[in-house]
Amino acid sequence: MSLQPEIFKSLVKVAAEQVIASAPELTTLDQAIGDGDHGTNMKRGFEAVLGKLDAISAQPLDEALKMIGKTLVMTVGGASGPLYGSFFLAAGEALSHDRHLPDDLADVFGSGVNAVSARGRSQAGEKTMLDVLVPVLETLKTAAGQPDLIARVRTTAAEAVERTAPMQATKGRASFLGPRSVGHVDPGARSSCVLVQAVCASLEGRQ
Amino acid sequence: MTETVGIVIVSHSKDIAKGTADMVRQMVGSEVRVAFCGGNPDGGLGTSVSLIIDAINDAWSAKGVAILVDLGGAETNSEMAVEMLEPARRDLVVVCNAPIVEGAVMAATEAAGGSSLAQVKAVAEELSAD
Repeated sequence: MSLQPEIFKSLVKVAAEQVIASAPELTTLDQAIGDGDHGTNMKRGFEAVLGKLDAISAQPLDEALKMIGKTLVMTVGGASGPLYGSFFLAAGEALSHDRHLPDDLADVFGSGVNAVSARGRSQAGEKTMLDVLVPVLETLKTAAGQPDLIARVRTTAAEAVERTAPMQATKGRASFLGPRSVGHVDPGARSSCVLVQAVCASLEGRQ
Repeated sequence: MTETVGIVIVSHSKDIAKGTADMVRQMVGSEVRVAFCGGNPDGGLGTSVSLIIDAINDAWSAKGVAILVDLGGAETNSEMAVEMLEPARRDLVVVCNAPIVEGAVMAATEAAGGSSLAQVKAVAEELSAD
């Protein structure tokens, strides 16, 4: 998996378009257990990313990731802005410190996951985006270098998002519902899954 | 005029933020700098990191700034805004764990007396103590 600038650009484009396309579903999920703005917030953020795509993809990879993060922070308008923003800012920062793709992919992704955890003061198991990101990180570690890595990441993300349905939320707006949050997939976990799947699909299309 | 801690009010709703700021100004007076913001970058309900940064800079005081927030995203976005300030200002801004209206009035009252940022935060947060 090499990451030439044009490949990176198409990855970001596909991921942003997939998030934008999933906005109605994210909003429906968020209306069930949140405040119903996750879809519109993510759509606004990733439309802003698309609007800056040329400038973003003209940067070195570390700076490009930070630019995506800062754009999300400034435009999303909900807690998901700082959460996703921190992921990309931290992943970019990791790449600025002598880490390289694809060898250090798990390490770089892990920096992003840690930043989300710190920003949200949350861990996996609390019905949040971390319930997709943490299992994906585990797969990136255990299947590193395997020929079926991308397929395994896709499966991990798809299974992980469904596992959020029986969880009871203890973080974020959904925690106000207590036991009533059970039975609904977490919208943040879904948007994380959409992003991961979009990147995987885009990479698979290039193999 | 002695320097007093500045107060920033961050709500999902601009109307709530403005109303809270109005109450602070009427009850505490104008010696404390109060800034407010509400609404997402499109003007709908939500919060915006860039508006929060602007409000912090508007309320800036050498003694620091205390932020009062309403719900989850307002807190997360306020913490993000603090981290994006210039380094010299970051350590002089705190997000208070307090109810927004009562917290803002109590914090501003304490600030008006010339108290430190830590004292202002502590007084606001007494409202959240069990």
